Parts: sequence; C-alpha cells; structure tokens
Amino acid sequence: MVTCINDALFPDAGRAVVRLLHRLGVDVEFPAAQTCCGQPMVNTGYLDEAVPLLRTFVDAFDGYDAVVAPSGSCAGSARHQHAAVARRSGDPGLVAAVERTSPRVHELSEFLVDVLGVEDVGAFFPHTVTYHPTCHSLRMLGVGDRPTRLLRAVHGLRLVDLPEAEQCCGFGGTFAVKNADTSVAMGADKARHVRETGAEVLVAGDSSCLMHVGGLLSRQRSGVRVMHLAEVLAATEGAA
Amino acid sequence: MSATFVGMPAFPMAAREALANSQQRRNLAHATSTIRAKRAAVVSEVDDWEQLRLAGAAIKDNTLLHLDEHLLRLEESLTARGATVHWARDAAEACALVADVARRHGVDEVVKVKSMATVEIGLNDALAAEGIAAWETDLAELIVQLGDDLPSHILVPAIHRNRAEIREIFLRHMAEAGRPAPTDLTDEPARLAEAARLHLREKFLRAKVAVSGANFAVADSGTLVVVESEGNGRMCLTLPEVLVSVVGIEKLVPTWADLDVFLQLLPRSSTGERMNPYTSTWAGVTPGDGPQEVHVVLLDNGRTRALADEVGRQALRCIRCSACLNVCPVYERTGGHAYGSVYPGPIGAILNPLLKGVGVDEQTDSLPYASSLCGACFEACPVRIDIPSVLVDLRAQVVDAHRPSRKPEALAMRAASAAFGSGARLGAVERLSGLAGRLLGSRGRTAPGGRRLLGRIPGPGAAWTDTRDLPRPPAESFRAWWKRTGGRDE
Repeated sequence: MVTCINDALFPDAGRAVVRLLHRLGVDVEFPAAQTCCGQPMVNTGYLDEAVPLLRTFVDAFDGYDAVVAPSGSCAGSARHQHAAVARRSGDPGLVAAVERTSPRVHELSEFLVDVLGVEDVGAFFPHTVTYHPTCHSLRMLGVGDRPTRLLRAVHGLRLVDLPEAEQCCGFGGTFAVKNADTSVAMGADKARHVRETGAEVLVAGDSSCLMHVGGLLSRQRSGVRVMHLAEVLAATEGAA
Repeated sequence: MSATFVGMPAFPMAAREALANSQQRRNLAHATSTIRAKRAAVVSEVDDWEQLRLAGAAIKDNTLLHLDEHLLRLEESLTARGATVHWARDAAEACALVADVARRHGVDEVVKVKSMATVEIGLNDALAAEGIAAWETDLAELIVQLGDDLPSHILVPAIHRNRAEIREIFLRHMAEAGRPAPTDLTDEPARLAEAARLHLREKFLRAKVAVSGANFAVADSGTLVVVESEGNGRMCLTLPEVLVSVVGIEKLVPTWADLDVFLQLLPRSSTGERMNPYTSTWAGVTPGDGPQEVHVVLLDNGRTRALADEVGRQALRCIRCSACLNVCPVYERTGGHAYGSVYPGPIGAILNPLLKGVGVDEQTDSLPYASSLCGACFEACPVRIDIPSVLVDLRAQVVDAHRPSRKPEALAMRAASAAFGSGARLGAVERLSGLAGRLLGSRGRTAPGGRRLLGRIPGPGAAWTDTRDLPRPPAESFRAWWKRTGGRDE
C-alpha cells in the first residue's frame, strides 16, 4: 500500500520502501488495483464518496499476509475508520472484507520492528537529522519510539531532538486549505522548531505532513531538506 | 453587557482575524503552555489515572443511559430537602425562570458564581433587559464583564488578556460598576486581586439574590456541587437570602460516592492542581444557615438533542475542565473567540453543533472543521471523549445536510472519488499530471534535495501555494515505475 500521495507526488518514498523491504528479504508486491484509502473524503465528511474507494481497497489487498504503508495516517484510516465507512455502505460483504483487511495493515515502523523484529536495517546516512512524530502515527496508532529506534540504528546518522515534537504540524488533510491561515500558523511554529535544531534533514513517516512543513521550510529558503523515514532507512553507503 | 457571539463569522474568517492579534497570540501561547505543563506534572503522579478516566466515562455513560430516572430522582430529593425545582426546555425558559425569582424579591441586582450554563443561555443580557444587573464575581469573568468583552476559555475566560491589559480594564471600568480601582494600581497579581476583592466585597454583602451553576448534581442526596479556586463562589452560595442554580441535565451523577472519581479528575485536568481550594456542596435549604429560598433550574437547551446522537452523545460526559483547549494547537493560536461560542476549543467544536444541530447556520457548521484531527484533545480528556471521531462524524452530518451540493469542494470530492475508483483511472490522471510537470521544463525554483517546485496555482489551490511551496508532479509515478521495472531496478 504505497498510498496515493506517494504514488502520485512522492514516488521516491514508495521506491525506498521497496528497496528497504527487498534488502530485508521481504517478498513485496504492488497490487496495481490500489488507489487511495479514502481518508481525504472521510475526514472531510464525504462518506458516500469514500465507499467506492473502500471497495477498491479491499479488492486490492484482500488475501495478503501484511499490508505495509509508509504512512501513519493512511494506516490509521484503514485500521480505525474503514469499519465505520463499510457499515455506512450497508453492504455486509464489504463489512466482512474490511474485517479481514483492516487488522493486517501496518505502518512501516510497526512492520519493521514488530513483524520483522529489526531495528538496525543496515542503512548508512551520514547527516544530522531531526524527527517529527506525525499525529496519527503517534496518537492513533501508538507507534511510540519505533521510528526513533530505527533512526538511531542508522550508521552515520546523528539524531537531534525536535522541541515540542508532539505538537501537530498543522497539515490535517483538507484542514490545510479549508483553514489555511491556522494551518500555516501551526506549520510556521513547527518549521521554526525544526530550524532551531540545526538539522540538515527533517524526517517523518508521512509524506503529507512533510509536504506541508517542507513547503514552508522551502518557501523560507531554510535549506532544510525533508525526507520520508523510508528514504533514510533505505539509504546505503555510496547512495547517500 | 453588549458584547455578544451572535452574528460571528464562520471559523476560518474569525480565525484569520484572531491570528493577526500578536498580543493575544503571545498571551495564549504563554498561558496554555504553562497550564499544559502543570497538568502534565500532576496527572503523571497518579498511578491509576487511566483507570480513573475509564471510571469517569463509565459513570457518565451509565447515568446518561438512564437520565430520565436519575433526573426524577434528583427532583424528588431536592424537593424533599426544601428546594424548588424548575424545568427549562431552552434558554428563554431558563432566563425567564431566573428573572421571575429576582422580580418576586424586588431586587435590581444579583451576584453570580462562575457558571457556563448561565453564559450559554445569555442570562446576563436577559436580566439586564428586566432592569436587573448580574454581577460576575469570578475574577476572570469580572475582567470579561468590565471590559465589555467575550469569554475565550471555559475555565479562564480572560485567558486572552495579560496583566497590563487587566490593570487598564480595572482602572477604566471598575468605577462604572461599583467601588473604583485604586488610582495607584499596578499590574502585580496581588494588587490586581486585591482591587477585585475590595470591589466585589460590597456586592457580596449587599446582594439578596445569587445565581450559580453546578459542576455536579447528586441524584440520590439532592446535593449540588460547585468546585472553584477563589472563594467568590462560597460567598455567593452562603451570604444571600435566595439562591437560584441553573444546572444542565448532563451534570448528574447518581450517588455521592460517584463524586469521588470526578473530584480527582477535575482539578488535575483543569487548573493542574491536586485539589481545588474550595468545594461547596448544598442540598436544598438548611434552616438558619445559608440561603433560605433555594431554586434549581434543570436545563435542556439542546442536551436531549445531543443525547439522541449515537456518536456525539459522549460529549455530554464533559465536566468543563478545559484540558482539551489547553492542549489544542488550533485553540492555542486562534484563541476562543474564533469559535463564536461560550464553548470554544475542541469540545466547543463538537458541543455547539450537537446542541444546536447541523445544517442550520454556517458558523456552527464550520466548527467541526476547526481541527487538524491531531488527537491531542482525546489524549487529555479526563472522561475519554473521543473528540476526533465525533468531529469526523459531525463533518459527515454537515455534508449530508447539504446534499446534493454544487459547492466546488463537493464537486472536487466527487471527481476525486471517480479518479480513485480504479488503479487504471488513477494511472491515467498521473500520466497527465506528469506530462504537465514535464512541460514546465527547467523553469522555477528547486527545493533542498533537488525537487523542482511548482509556481503559484490559481483558484482554490492558491490557499496552498500562497504560503507553501509544492513540488512539481514527478515525471514518473510510483505506479508507472513499478510497471516498468517490477520494483527491481536498483
């Protein structure tokens, strides 16, 4: 489950997941029928519009041992919202299919640490990095310190703490445009904290949040680069 | 008081105004971060906090499930102990009941204990229309009242003001309402509190009628409970001859023992204290001690509507602690006025639509969207109200209330739903966007890391690109890369 935003806008994050999982000996497939988990519609209130996406989702992923997503938000949507949308559809078949697929969805750091049981993924990334725990990975999924344990095990990487790390960056899906002023006020504070760390790279597990904070950091000519957690974990000597 | 929430613009517009108020931004950032740290410290020292939260939620849920029985039980025990019970369906009925009591005693003023229910029903304006002055005696409510301002926080209604502003308000307006502030008043907290104390003292000693709310109402014993910090409540509840309490019907707990849980949850969540300084309890009339005429107005005003909402009814567990406001990154930046209601912040974003109904006015319908759904509120809530889930459910109710809609957003969602209907369709859209990206060639800036950036997007997309860069669509989507390589080109 590469997620629609990575598929269409940030393919490097998706490719990094494939490279990383191959290196760890996982048999990876990309079911081409997949599109979007439906979260943008659900969180904006368009449940009827989300139902067809849910059908596509279960058609694409039913039958796999594990569905790995490089996103806390999309994994959270699949695990915590799909059941309610399926009930709304009134289709018992869809409800049953969601009951099968939802529990098999893992956010990337959960899959690496809990399912594969690895922390040192053999990555090399000789840069100073700070990590933003995205809200849905932190509070909806409860990934805890899995991402930072993975990052600390990366060779050459120096991890610096982000002040007020657990405060939301302000992306919030359609909130970013429906309440653009508030969203940017939150993002500006997040970007300020990122700059205070002196890090070269801001890392997070959600490309959507990175698009928002990264968009501000780049507009400010801060020189700070944003990278998905998967890209850092996939990096190896020579490639970094 | 002439300040009113009536006619406030929808949240995005009101927030835009508030965000430009740099003094308020500073005041709020300072106040909320201070109280967040206090709360975190006192909550972390309770080993069974999660069990307390679960117990609080369970007691409230069970009470709400049999609310009708508990309410009748409360009426029975209150009446048996000498109180007069009134039932109010809405704000107008409740205000009329309070005004009637005041009129019968021929008074032109009442003193008030801090009470959300009375602000919710607009009691002060209703009494003013009858020629009765309602004096707020809580320090923060007094600041708001004297400044002809609106409350912006449930617990600390004047949180948007700093000490210097409060000094200014006291110097300018205290004389209009009674004893003036000393002319040499400084902005030291002790001096400000002393000025308020002297100003209020003459009102406490003079007033014949007091108006309060209640934090809890115990059905079994007919006990009302007010939890406070300043002692003004204790003055109002004991000195006047007549006491009228306006109590939302969700304030019920079945037994005295149930209070135990909430008196642990509330102070730690609200003021960040282990215990609040004053807890006053009273049941009806005690001959020769305290008010000799006691009225209780049981207020619905939309609560039964909220109770009928399967997902939203959990909002009626709320004990008005304000923990969700203090941890909310939206509230911290916009402040409370932007929510256009006496109930601001995350709880206000769900409570107002639940009490008033969705699809009625644009301002109320905008509130469920006033959140990034970060979940900090749910984490902090002492009675485990899953505010993000209620917000998402209310958003669906707002959208459904306006179906079929031709708004650009609705059209965009339908178009996206169609584009995401199959992998093949999404692939076609991606090929088009990739082509558009390539047509832009090497023009434009580059982000750190090498991605080419898109320029300004016209139309609704400008809400993004006016303030934030956006990368150009990649020449090759992930899907196209996978199709070309099978995931094995590196």
